[in-house]
Amino acid sequence: MSKLTVTSSPHVKSGATVTGIMLDVIIALTPALIAAVRYFGPRALLLAAVCCGTCVVSEYVSEKIMKRPVTLGDLSAVVTGLLLAFNLPPRIPLWMAAVGSAAAIIIVKQMFGGLGQNFVNPAITGRIILLVSFSQAMTTFTKPLGWTADAVTTATPLASLSAIDRGGDIAAQLSGGQLPGLWDMFIGNIGGSMGEVCALALLIGGVFLIARKVISPIIPCVYIGTVAVIMLIAGKGNFSFMLYEILGGGLILGAFFMATDYVTSPVTRPGKVIFALGCGVITSVIRLFSNLPEGVSYSIMIMNILVPLIELITRPHPFGFVKEKKEKKEKETA
Amino acid sequence: MKLQLPDDVLRPVARIEGGIRVSHNKITSECPVRRIEAPERVVIPMLQHIGAPCTPVVKVGDRVLAGQLIGDSEAYISAPIHSSVSGVVKSIAPVVTVGGRMINSVTIENDGLMEYDPSIAPPVINSREDVIKAVRASGLVGLGGAGFPAHAKLNFPKDVEIDTLIVNAAECEPYITTDYRECIENSWDIVSGIHSLIEYFGFKRVAVAVEDNKPEAIRVLDEIAATDRYMDNIIRLIVLKSKYPQGAEKMMIRTVTGRKVPPGKLPSDVGCAVMNVGSVAFIARYLKSGRPLISRTVTCSGSAIAEPANLRIPVGTSAKAVIEACGGYKTDPYKLIVGGPMMGFALYSDEVPLTKQNNALLAFAPNDKGIKRERACIRCGRCVAACPMNLMPVTFADKLKKDPSPQELNDLGAMVCMECGSCSYVCPAGKPLVQSMRRAKDIVREGMKK
Repeated sequence: MSKLTVTSSPHVKSGATVTGIMLDVIIALTPALIAAVRYFGPRALLLAAVCCGTCVVSEYVSEKIMKRPVTLGDLSAVVTGLLLAFNLPPRIPLWMAAVGSAAAIIIVKQMFGGLGQNFVNPAITGRIILLVSFSQAMTTFTKPLGWTADAVTTATPLASLSAIDRGGDIAAQLSGGQLPGLWDMFIGNIGGSMGEVCALALLIGGVFLIARKVISPIIPCVYIGTVAVIMLIAGKGNFSFMLYEILGGGLILGAFFMATDYVTSPVTRPGKVIFALGCGVITSVIRLFSNLPEGVSYSIMIMNILVPLIELITRPHPFGFVKEKKEKKEKETA
Repeated sequence: MKLQLPDDVLRPVARIEGGIRVSHNKITSECPVRRIEAPERVVIPMLQHIGAPCTPVVKVGDRVLAGQLIGDSEAYISAPIHSSVSGVVKSIAPVVTVGGRMINSVTIENDGLMEYDPSIAPPVINSREDVIKAVRASGLVGLGGAGFPAHAKLNFPKDVEIDTLIVNAAECEPYITTDYRECIENSWDIVSGIHSLIEYFGFKRVAVAVEDNKPEAIRVLDEIAATDRYMDNIIRLIVLKSKYPQGAEKMMIRTVTGRKVPPGKLPSDVGCAVMNVGSVAFIARYLKSGRPLISRTVTCSGSAIAEPANLRIPVGTSAKAVIEACGGYKTDPYKLIVGGPMMGFALYSDEVPLTKQNNALLAFAPNDKGIKRERACIRCGRCVAACPMNLMPVTFADKLKKDPSPQELNDLGAMVCMECGSCSYVCPAGKPLVQSMRRAKDIVREGMKK
């Protein structure tokens, strides 16, 4: 008999692996990538390739320099690259995309200790770094024109939305303005960041992740739900205004793919609700009251920072502990 | 499936919080229990239970008979040990046992006569105290795996009322089918055991709990419950959703009665007693025959076993002999486990004696490794969702990197952990979370000593 292996229990393990989870996320992002190519041409693919490539190379190089084991196999760098690309305008200069990707991996992820140690989402922070560094390029959006035509710059629906005077007749402004139809908003035939435009493709990916039990539906549902409720109130009950707010900008991308990032969201169920609620409120407040048209990235980053606190207050009571505490209270009061 | 309506005693809840779905792999469920020939030599460790070890009461060279007392202890939490064969004591020396501990053991050379001790007679039972005394004399320990001395379990504190007996037939660990076979083959022993316990302990309810993945056992147990339906309707069948670790004592009490056992407390503190279905059946047999616990049913299974089976083995049979009785190894085993794959112990060698506590012997082939490549924790929260005790294993793993104080770990609930393995099972990063929980518990224990 050959030598027996002796390990601690349990001796069976589930099939879930980090690599498998990341692969699921990549698969879930594919419909939106296809949509991006459909609306913004092969350049979308090139942009995604540059971001992913830079992320992978940055991860490899920084891990080598810091003498850490190389962990490219977990595919997390590819996910970061893909998500960052989704958050960029399709015509952004490629070198800027590369700078953002490198910053996301090196500064946000590796400098804090690599996968699992970063306290904010690398892709979102990469986008914010680019936004404050190259605000011109990061806010120049092009119309989706297909394969051959030249790019024509356009205002995003959100920019048009924030121009609406909510004191006046919202319905008239919605139909009279430059806003695309709601169906175009849903299928992504609008200007915006490369991966955020097609709500349909993102929802397919999101449902896939929920069905695969990679993400729990709590964060996306509560996040989008909070924004919906606030926008319904802000729009004085105008349903189309609410739908424009949900479909425009990065809300669906953020709610399904960025806010649900394991590393930077709470692990407890009540914590997830608080986290998503906070994201929804901050997003709405930024969109309604600040002069920025979009607030998804900032809201998620702010809530990322609050995660340790949220987890502290939502720590579950160990089995049977609650009773003991109650008894103590009863004794104190008695 | 039948859903038991809540009454004043039992308030079943749908399922445990947390827990995991494991593939059951109960490949031996249709294998009737087969008695194996007693081996030429049995090695009987003097510790086959939770509690104080026994001291041998025989000497090298003595002839002992089957069922004769060979080890006993003055300690309360302990159970006497009997010879499982007739023969001559060859040696009394420490031997490596399951779990790797060296334990003083009596080795008996089997003379093949299987001559029973003539003094064996059915115990005379007139009161609850007599039952407890008889259970102690029988050497019964919890047959579900933990091996808590059964007499200590039944000796409830005087001032508490125990209204519910839970007969545990959940058998939530994969592979193991001993309780299932017990239900099917010895159902009338179970009935008789339950009725005796009701008679002397006056339980208001007896809940026979089984998981819903064992329809045949449910059918049989339903008949058992029916033996009482036209009397007081004390015995109830509770069908539970199958989810690991449903069969753990605290989980069982929670799902069947709706009560939660506080940390560090016993089932009797919430008015419950939980007994394995095999233990109940054994009590019935003992009250009839007076034959102590010298053999038990073991499931021998796994991908490296040629003919997986359920076997009745004399206590002290080596793992090797059990595997040989199952046609030997199909392939070279990669891992040998005593107990279930979730909580069992890996063996260093198959030359280890099996005891009263051991309900399964599993051998896995090299393609069945159950080891994941370790990667960084991505804080996915699967361990938190899986923990049936509402702990956050990931937090413990984090804290242990920073030299935590015992108080801090205790406040997080370290001592509540029962090491069921659910967290390690689900972890996609392959982290040894159960081990970090054990470390945390050790730190708390060391801190308490100071």
